[in-house]
Amino acid sequence: MINFSLPTSDSFKALEAAARERILILDGAMGTMIQTLNMSEEDFTAGGHIHGPGCRHHPSDHPQKGNNDLLVLTQPKAVEDIQLQFALAGADILETNTFSSTTIAQADYGLEGAVHDLNVAGAQVARRAADWAQAKDGRPRFVAGAVGPTNRTASISPDVNDPGYRAVTFDDLRLAYGQQIDGLIEGGSDLILIETIFDTLNAKAAIFAAFESFAKVGRRLPIMISGTITDASGRTLSGQTPTAFWHSVRHARPFTVGLNCALGADAMRPHLSELAGVAETRICAYPNAGLPNAFGQYDEQPEDTASKVEVFAKEGLVNVVGGCCGTTPEHIRAIADHVAAYAPRKPRGAANV
Amino acid sequence: MSDPLLRLSGLEPFVLTKDIPFVNVGERTNVTGSAKFRKLITNRDYATALDVARDQVENGAQIIDINMDEGLIDSKQAMIDFLNLVAAEPDIARVPVMIDSSKWEVIEAGLQCVQGKPVVNSISLKEGEEAFVHHASLCLAYGAAVVVMAFDEQGQADSFERKTEICARAYKILTEQVGFPPEDIIFDPNVFAVATGIEEHDNYGVDFIEATRWIRQNLPHCHISGGVSNLSFSFRGNEPVREAMHAVFLYHAIKVGMDMGIVNAGQLAVYDQIDPDLREACEDVVLNRTPANGGNATENLLDIAERYKGDKREEKKRDLAWREWPVEKRLEHALVNGITEFVEEDTEAARVAAEKPLDVIEGPLMAGMNVVGDLFGAGKMFLPQVVKSARVMKQAVGVLLPYMEAEKEGRRESAGRVLMATVKGDVHDIGKNIVGVVLACNNYEIIDLGVMVPPQKILEEAKAHNVDIIGLSGLITPSLDEMVHLATELEREGFDVPLLIGGATTSKVHTAVKISPQYSKSQAIYVTDASRAVGVVSSLLSKTQKQPYIDGIRAEYSEVAERHERAERAKQRLPLAAARDNAMKIDWSGYTATAPSFTGAKVIEGWDLAEIARYIDWTPFFQTWELKGVYPRILEHEKYGEAARSLFNDAQAMLQRIIGEEWFRPRAVVGFWPANAVGDDIRLFKDDSRSEPLATLHTLRQQTSKRRDSPNVALSDFVAPEGTPDWVGGFVVTAGPEEVAIAERFEKDGDDYGAIMVKALADRYAEAMAEMLHQRVRREHWGYAKDETFEPQELIGEPYDGIRPAPGYPAQPDHTEKRTLFDLLNAEQTTGVELTESMAMWPGSSVSGLYIGHPQAYYFGVAKVERDQVEDYAARKGMDVEEVERWLSPILNYRPGAAAAIAAE
Repeated sequence: MINFSLPTSDSFKALEAAARERILILDGAMGTMIQTLNMSEEDFTAGGHIHGPGCRHHPSDHPQKGNNDLLVLTQPKAVEDIQLQFALAGADILETNTFSSTTIAQADYGLEGAVHDLNVAGAQVARRAADWAQAKDGRPRFVAGAVGPTNRTASISPDVNDPGYRAVTFDDLRLAYGQQIDGLIEGGSDLILIETIFDTLNAKAAIFAAFESFAKVGRRLPIMISGTITDASGRTLSGQTPTAFWHSVRHARPFTVGLNCALGADAMRPHLSELAGVAETRICAYPNAGLPNAFGQYDEQPEDTASKVEVFAKEGLVNVVGGCCGTTPEHIRAIADHVAAYAPRKPRGAANV
Repeated sequence: MSDPLLRLSGLEPFVLTKDIPFVNVGERTNVTGSAKFRKLITNRDYATALDVARDQVENGAQIIDINMDEGLIDSKQAMIDFLNLVAAEPDIARVPVMIDSSKWEVIEAGLQCVQGKPVVNSISLKEGEEAFVHHASLCLAYGAAVVVMAFDEQGQADSFERKTEICARAYKILTEQVGFPPEDIIFDPNVFAVATGIEEHDNYGVDFIEATRWIRQNLPHCHISGGVSNLSFSFRGNEPVREAMHAVFLYHAIKVGMDMGIVNAGQLAVYDQIDPDLREACEDVVLNRTPANGGNATENLLDIAERYKGDKREEKKRDLAWREWPVEKRLEHALVNGITEFVEEDTEAARVAAEKPLDVIEGPLMAGMNVVGDLFGAGKMFLPQVVKSARVMKQAVGVLLPYMEAEKEGRRESAGRVLMATVKGDVHDIGKNIVGVVLACNNYEIIDLGVMVPPQKILEEAKAHNVDIIGLSGLITPSLDEMVHLATELEREGFDVPLLIGGATTSKVHTAVKISPQYSKSQAIYVTDASRAVGVVSSLLSKTQKQPYIDGIRAEYSEVAERHERAERAKQRLPLAAARDNAMKIDWSGYTATAPSFTGAKVIEGWDLAEIARYIDWTPFFQTWELKGVYPRILEHEKYGEAARSLFNDAQAMLQRIIGEEWFRPRAVVGFWPANAVGDDIRLFKDDSRSEPLATLHTLRQQTSKRRDSPNVALSDFVAPEGTPDWVGGFVVTAGPEEVAIAERFEKDGDDYGAIMVKALADRYAEAMAEMLHQRVRREHWGYAKDETFEPQELIGEPYDGIRPAPGYPAQPDHTEKRTLFDLLNAEQTTGVELTESMAMWPGSSVSGLYIGHPQAYYFGVAKVERDQVEDYAARKGMDVEEVERWLSPILNYRPGAAAAIAAE
């Protein structure tokens, strides 16, 4: 039974306290960092030895190259190293490498059975990096259990001839997200980050699942919610304006709401401004390093990205900033430097945060 | 920080800011509110249904209410399908939706389909706190605002006190226990119909408005909504008046904080532009004020309303001139017109002027009732009006009674004392009650023993009260035998009071042939209907007329009996074997019966009173009140259109309470079994292997000699013989036993009219359920007519395939077959319907029957049967011949025992 009066988790207050002090820094892109490692199929499967934390073996007959989330089981050191680099570059919040660790997204790789282990291990790996960094410089680090949108949409039909059809239902998503969030909490996540939301109904299923997971452990973790606006209309893929989006997710009483990915910081600014104008909570923004070039690579230099993000801080729009696709530890270091002088946004009212 | 505001979203946001005085919720995508939309959804014409939604949004609806609560569709799936389609239409999906259903599972399915922030309509404390907290928590987890109905474990709130108490309690639970944001709570304090003519309803408008004011002042940040069209329910058909009432109501409700409502925005009058007379009359009704020129607000509006009716009826001005008349005339006027409004003050005035209270009864009141009796006798008044007069009379007597007791007056002189009873084993009493009321209006004292009265009790009470007349009533055929039995008992005990016989299965022929010969010391007399009762009773109690009247009846009856005997002799009956040879022969070779979706019995739950009401066939309702004609034409009937309209309005007002306050708890069970005809019987099997028999349904065959081309049918002819798979179904439905207590409550308040009305409506409910269930059986449960799309009112003509014959009715006159049906369905357990010793169903508002699906099946009457069939039937049923003869006595074509006597000679 969902309960809205659960006590908050221990890290909740620490995170709130930190957020009152300064603009917090979220880490950068895991995916584009992994790409630079040029790993082979062998690397992805650790020579076929895919083991979870409980020494469960996860065989699969699908090729695994490109299944970045799998690396928390097969190349945990490589993942931890990237996260540590981000932490040492100035990130307060480290995202777990679990963007696609749901049964729905892992179906493409035939690894639905590994989902629990992926999330537990994903959180443990990030936890280790966070603890390392904290031990090194004494600054608290927080692990954000990353929950991606999956590759299906609950409010859009994939079949143009049958607009009433749905490839996934709310309950499919709720169950898949629930399994993921349970694992993330078990592995030691401090908060849950529901990100890159292109269909708000998917996000609502994730929120519902988070409530259920919190009820299981008897405490409420902070939730960060981040949508993505991918076209010039200024709406999500599923058609909502930023304000409509906020109304749809406000019941999550999120620690932050914001935007990520998409078209880069410049294109994000007006939407972020709209969101900051209506949301009674903290605002978070982590854009891509500009637009990808013809080869799918991001050329925007750390200083460029950072000075654009600095505008958010200068205008008093943000409480948490970081980077998405194409951002490296250098980008994060630059962003942290650029926003350090600005006070965090004062949330309007407070949606019971 | 400013007030938290209600924020919703579709693709675009909606915020209920202070600049928005009132949010119109579009109501046209609601199957319960729009016949057009219902039809589109039922026919799965979603493209056009989307157009309806689009039009609403284009016309400015800020929220659209979506409701799929229709019995004939899968509401949950329809909700899912429609919301998914709406999501694909940006010009509709831009506004928030209101997910409207009385079923939580439909609401939850809807919540899982919308990415925006919707409103749930509705949740309440109806099922207790636990369910309320559960539903509210889920609404919050899904991210929805909620409409909370002022409804708790005790029922729907109607008074200011109940409305505010329930809303305050719900608010506390939501905000303190659940953690629900107060700005996302929308209270619906229940808009009820006013101006129904029922005094308790007069303050409903004020109660809503005052509750709204209190809630907005005491429960911070929440909102108020309501279904405004309920208010004017009693003015259906008069749109100008309805629109004016809505506008006036909203004007006052919005002023005190109502900020949302389900309204047809296109049909709302502008407050300032309403004709001032009409506006004031509406305001008097809504605010429960006494009109400026005195009188009664409802009647005033009724009078004014006439002017706005579509047709050009003559303007009927409310005339209070009669209030200037002398008190006797005022009482007479009130009695004749059924006006209760002033009767207490007038009676009191008459009492003060009279020497003793009894004089008021015997003087002006009886004089007034005599006028009523005369008008009724002359066909100038009709039954419902007479029953209303009785209500006025009772209230007047109620004023006088305390004084009469104080003066220790003896019992007043009545014109005579009549004992009335529904016989043993029978539960039907509407007709009996009507006769009782009519006689009471004519100053007869009624001793009503109720229903299922054993003969011994009738005899005892008749003696104890020294009654002048005994009246018996019965509806089912075994009651005929009870009446015969009682006649012999009266004879044996030496009674000499006349015996009146009435009720649906009774007849002049049966009374003449079977009852009258048993009672020679006085006379048994058949009374066609209530309107005849007064004439018969007064003749029987008149010293001078009594004997000639009885002699006349006797002569008439002996002639009837002789004629009957001759006619029966003339009718050629076929020997059973010949009748069987002429059975109906359906060609089964090309026939494949549809297999039902399940076999065995299944309880059907989730009956919605509003939905059942749509299936009511009103024609028999008017017949109950002795207004003979076909609905709806009867409403415009030259002679009794006015009485019919007034009756219909009262019925509608009560219907609304039945629905709103959930007076009835309908229950039903249905079953299907593999079946094959075996001779004249239908054998049911345990499963589709058809190896193990489960039960046998016995049927009777027509033995009348027929023209060559028409068969001698038995129900078994409509079922395939062994070798061809077929199925037969059965059902029991009931409106529930609640009507009994409700009717008693009305009676206790001196309102026989209400008591009879609720029973008549309960009967209609059971019949409507049977009709509705039969349609569902054809479309879903049995499913042999999946595509059938008849509207409820089209079903009255039975345009569909298949029949639902009931044991005890003409196609199978043997009531004991009900036992088999009830056992198969475990009906007593599952529906609470019990069979009396005469195989009547209790509660009376129950219907049972078989389902036969073959398209050539039709309703017929077995009519009279011969001894050969009775003996054969008894052997098949494993019953004694005498017992079968007792149950079938009304249809025996021979005198039982006579043959035995011949054989003994």
